[in-house]
Amino acid sequence: MTQAATIAFEDVSKTYDDGRVKALDRLSLAVAEREFLAVVGPSGSGKTTLLQLVNRLAEPTAGAVRVDGEDVRSVPPIALRRRIGYVFQGVGLFPHMSVAENIAITPRLLGWDKDRLAARVDELIDLVRLDKNRHRDRYPHQLSGGERQRVGVARALAAQPRIVLMDEPFGALDPINRDAIGQDYRRLHEDLGLTTVMITHDMLEAVLLADRIGVMQAGRLVAEGTPHELMTGRQDAYVDELIQTPRRHAERLRALIERGASS
Amino acid sequence: MSSTLIADALALLPSYLGSHVLVSVTALVLGLLVSLPLAIVSVRRPVLRGGLLAVTSIVQTIPGLALLALFYPLLLGIAALTDRWLGLKFSALGFLPSVLALALYSMLPVLRNTVTGLIGIDPAVKQAAIGVGMTPRQSLWMVELPLAIPVIMAGIRTSAVWVIGTATLSTPVGQTSLGNYIFTGLQTQNWVFVLFGCVAAAVLALAVDQLLALMEGGVRARKRLRVVLGGLGLAVILAGALVPNLARPKATYLIGAKTFTEQYILAALIEQRLQAAGLSAARREGLGSNVVFDALAAGEIDVYVDYSGTIWANQLHRSDARPRAEVLGAVATWLKDRSGITLLGELGFENAYALAMARRRAEALGVRSIADLAARAPTLTIASDYEFFARPEWAAIRRAYGLSFRTERQMQPEFMYPAASSGEVDVISAYTSDGRIAQHDLVVLGDPRQAIPPYDAILLASPRRAEDAVLRDALEPLIGAIDVALMREANLRATGGENTSPAEVARWLWGEIEKRNKK
Repeated sequence: MTQAATIAFEDVSKTYDDGRVKALDRLSLAVAEREFLAVVGPSGSGKTTLLQLVNRLAEPTAGAVRVDGEDVRSVPPIALRRRIGYVFQGVGLFPHMSVAENIAITPRLLGWDKDRLAARVDELIDLVRLDKNRHRDRYPHQLSGGERQRVGVARALAAQPRIVLMDEPFGALDPINRDAIGQDYRRLHEDLGLTTVMITHDMLEAVLLADRIGVMQAGRLVAEGTPHELMTGRQDAYVDELIQTPRRHAERLRALIERGASS
Repeated sequence: MSSTLIADALALLPSYLGSHVLVSVTALVLGLLVSLPLAIVSVRRPVLRGGLLAVTSIVQTIPGLALLALFYPLLLGIAALTDRWLGLKFSALGFLPSVLALALYSMLPVLRNTVTGLIGIDPAVKQAAIGVGMTPRQSLWMVELPLAIPVIMAGIRTSAVWVIGTATLSTPVGQTSLGNYIFTGLQTQNWVFVLFGCVAAAVLALAVDQLLALMEGGVRARKRLRVVLGGLGLAVILAGALVPNLARPKATYLIGAKTFTEQYILAALIEQRLQAAGLSAARREGLGSNVVFDALAAGEIDVYVDYSGTIWANQLHRSDARPRAEVLGAVATWLKDRSGITLLGELGFENAYALAMARRRAEALGVRSIADLAARAPTLTIASDYEFFARPEWAAIRRAYGLSFRTERQMQPEFMYPAASSGEVDVISAYTSDGRIAQHDLVVLGDPRQAIPPYDAILLASPRRAEDAVLRDALEPLIGAIDVALMREANLRATGGENTSPAEVARWLWGEIEKRNKK
């Protein structure tokens, strides 16, 4: 890492129930500016907790989290959350608000005026490839899963954050939508110069979208590196298993296709 | 006959409905103003929440009538204190106790539904609210409350129906409501009135319920039009009920009446006399003995008919029976000195408590007087109205004769007489001016030890009417004009099964009085 870290976890631990449950165990990790980091691991490995430390939805029991070099404990949480985009697990759109109202929520909290809000909403609907005329005034229950997820991304981007946190954003989508929205988001990440941390349990998704991958197990970071490094290097048994699965899938797929072509 | 009854009932509707709507709406708004913030505050405090729900649930188990009755003495005490310390006077009768009791009654559904609605919100949505940068207050107002509103509205609907229904019970604490039909009807066996009151209250409750349902549906489906239509409908009901009521001038003279037929007739008679003298007058009916007396002393009503023995026992706390003139004199002096109440005069008849039995039963048992009853009482059942067993006269009778009955039952006075004649009960506490003693072939038992004090019907005026010559002149023709036979006949006419309203009987009674005066 040559650039200064945008997000830095410094030796963070997080315990629940008076120390009986350890969600995070002395974890250190840095995310560079404009980097796309995917954090992969099984359920209960502490991924979501790690993400929540960044915008103070959770507080570490020990260690520190820095955003742009500043310890987040010294930043008022409300202000911090308004300048960091967050795509929630299961989307978490407000069911009583239209698409436009959902997207506009954080800028509205920041006190933007009406015209600026309306223009920003239209811009974002375009950006996430929805249709202004068709989707603007619909309610979440009138949208498909993929459309809802696009609104979730638009809402996270609305207040022009430099950092976006995503908690299993595409997990509930069908494969086609998932791939399309993933690619679309990666393009936004580039175009807008974002720093992104994405939680996923799907290694293939991580490999295809992220610049760098961290692997978590039982509250600890057990491996990290670029997709290439992880695919080729020797790690511990669990990481190898995790990392080799997409590779084996790809090889089997290629074999199937070649066999089909030769017959 | 019943078509004039319905006309009588309809004539009263603007006043009764208006008062009913006013007291219900005020209570509901007050209840909402208290229970909504309480619910919101308690959502994040489980201990407070548990306590609040427990207390409001207990309130709900108190019968509505009892809750209303409790507020009257409570407010009377508070009013006395504020008058003494702050010089602040307010009326403890009618509107205030009704509103407070009904507001308390309305709280449970709103509290419970608001808490349920807020707790039931998807945690993912609540986390998203915090995550996008809302403060807890913003999350509450922008996300949690809007999402809980359909459930809260359902609670408000339940409250509204409860309050409108229960408001009929505010009549006995002096608040005019649709319950006036029911209580008057019950006292005078006027079932058209009872039915009319029930139907009117039910129609009002249903209409409000349906309009709130329309609004609730509109909120749920995010259809603003439905919410607006529902709100407009409620506004129309409110305006329709209140405007005619407010537009009417307030009556200058309020006439009190206790809870039995004779009182309804006499109150109507007084009202007619005052109106004939060009005064504006209205009745406050169905008040308890102590409520009506306190109301007169406080000037909340202006005039009513009481009985010398009642004041003797309840206010002077005398349990000895003295000769008629002595009781009357002592009562008049005491009233003037203690409360500033003026005794305008006696009507001319006595309505004493008496013990009565079916003639056949009395003869079979060989009972002629209360003294004969003493040996038989442990095998007999006595029935009485709601007051008698708690009154000093009953204590005095029991003491004087050593009475102890097998069972003591309480019932509506209308049902006592048939119960005695059918043998369902053996002895009843009758009123001597009651026409039904003869009608049901009962005998009044003698009182050889004079345990029961005399009960001359007396016309009382509130302290502020002490020097009111117009009032005195208007009521002068009634003094000494009604003997017990005439009153019995009037009472019988009002309850004799021909559906006759107290006002009609009062007109008849005045006709009789005039006839006699001419002779």
